[in-house]
Amino acid sequence: MTTHNDCVVLVESVSHALGAEKIIKGAGINCKLIHVPRHLSSDCGICLRFRADDRERVEALLQGKLHFFDIKLL
Amino acid sequence: MEILYLDNAATSFPKPDTVMAAMIAYQQNIGANPGRSGHGRSVEAGRIVFETREALARLFHIEDPLRIALTKNATESLNIVLQGGLKPGDSVITSGMEHNSVMRPLRFLEGRGVELSVVPCSPRGELEPDDVRKALRKNTRMVVLTHASNVTGTILPVEAVGALLRDRPEVLFCVDAAQTAGALPIDVEKMRIDLLAFTGHKSLFGPQGTGGLYIREGLENKISPLMMGGTGSRSEFEQQPVFMPDRYESGTPNTIGIAGLGAGVSFVLEQTVGTVRDQEERLISRFLSGLRDLRDDVIVYGPQDASRQTAVVSFNIRDVSASDAASYFEDNRGILCRPGLHCAPSAHRTIGTFPRGTIRFSFGFFNTQRDVDDACAALRELVKRKGNHRS
Ligand SMILES: Cc1ncc(COP(=O)(O)O)c(C=O)c1O
Repeated sequence: MTTHNDCVVLVESVSHALGAEKIIKGAGINCKLIHVPRHLSSDCGICLRFRADDRERVEALLQGKLHFFDIKLL
Repeated sequence: MEILYLDNAATSFPKPDTVMAAMIAYQQNIGANPGRSGHGRSVEAGRIVFETREALARLFHIEDPLRIALTKNATESLNIVLQGGLKPGDSVITSGMEHNSVMRPLRFLEGRGVELSVVPCSPRGELEPDDVRKALRKNTRMVVLTHASNVTGTILPVEAVGALLRDRPEVLFCVDAAQTAGALPIDVEKMRIDLLAFTGHKSLFGPQGTGGLYIREGLENKISPLMMGGTGSRSEFEQQPVFMPDRYESGTPNTIGIAGLGAGVSFVLEQTVGTVRDQEERLISRFLSGLRDLRDDVIVYGPQDASRQTAVVSFNIRDVSASDAASYFEDNRGILCRPGLHCAPSAHRTIGTFPRGTIRFSFGFFNTQRDVDDACAALRELVKRKGNHRS
């Protein structure tokens, strides 16, 4: 079951993370900027955490609008 | 003596109070380096930078705010485009009204094998769009054009040139909007602009040290950055990122300046460009009519038609050098203006004032009709004095 887990969107830069946050929050979905967990990337940047339940919606919202690398389960 | 600042084409003054407030608020309450960490203050700083990009995108009708790289001024933006986008064997077209921030990089590139074609303009600084079409070659890589002259205020037909370039999608259209961003409507789609270079400290009301560059999607692969270094992104790689805006934003940005720029652009968006333009058109129209009353002694350059120029007028007073006139205006009337060649020798050749130069009065949104009347009175006084001297 993934329903109680969180996902993160991995992006290129803080600018992209802020852009993604705007789009996702704009659609009424809760999300939060966090440090990228070490096991997901060696980069020191930030990513966007949201509830795994919203995964499909988040993916659809960002598709074609804002470039992201991946969406991963935390 | 009160000061009357008429050098807005060099940099606008005053700025809206919200600009200073935004800069102080950033430095007092945030202060962190944007995009360099995930901690709260860094994210807040990043948000300020992001919101400035968003405001600029709204102003220029750019869909994706991340297509805008923030730079230190229009000069840096133009250098990125010209030095990063042109190579030996390419051909580039420009006009006879350009600022040295376009001409100097182009003359440098000409020495390195880039073919340069300068389309002449009329003595009033006007460009015939069809002359640009005639200058197009098979290997034309770019057309670079100022949106309005900083010497005469002449507005160049950017939309018409953009339209005639629609059949040549491979030709990049770069517009120098240093004089017009915030003062005239700009729509990168309607005008078919691929690259828009603007400065933050003129009609966008930001502080000095701010500016930017819009780059149409895909072109970041064809334009090399001038500077490379830390971007806060992709730290595991020793290669410069290829994505916007990081590709062109190496090093810690001028976050305090960008905070001010964001407030300045928001001010323009609240006022609307239409209102700014109406106000400036009224001022320039009144000033031009004051100059007409002095036509025996004052030579005016440019369109002399408020609807075809920005709030900039160049003129000369018969038998008085531009620098003597400027000193007179400052010492006797507290008027601050700019005499000389205004970093645009090419434009002065076009209007026939090289190397003598002109006196330039440039008004801004915060000027009043009374300021215009004071400027006219100062001119009348100088003309009268000169007459007395002669007799
Ligand atoms: C037409 C034009 N282009 C470019 C520039 C350069 O702007 P900046 O000095 O902010 O780089 C200016 C103003 O100085 C200008 O008037």
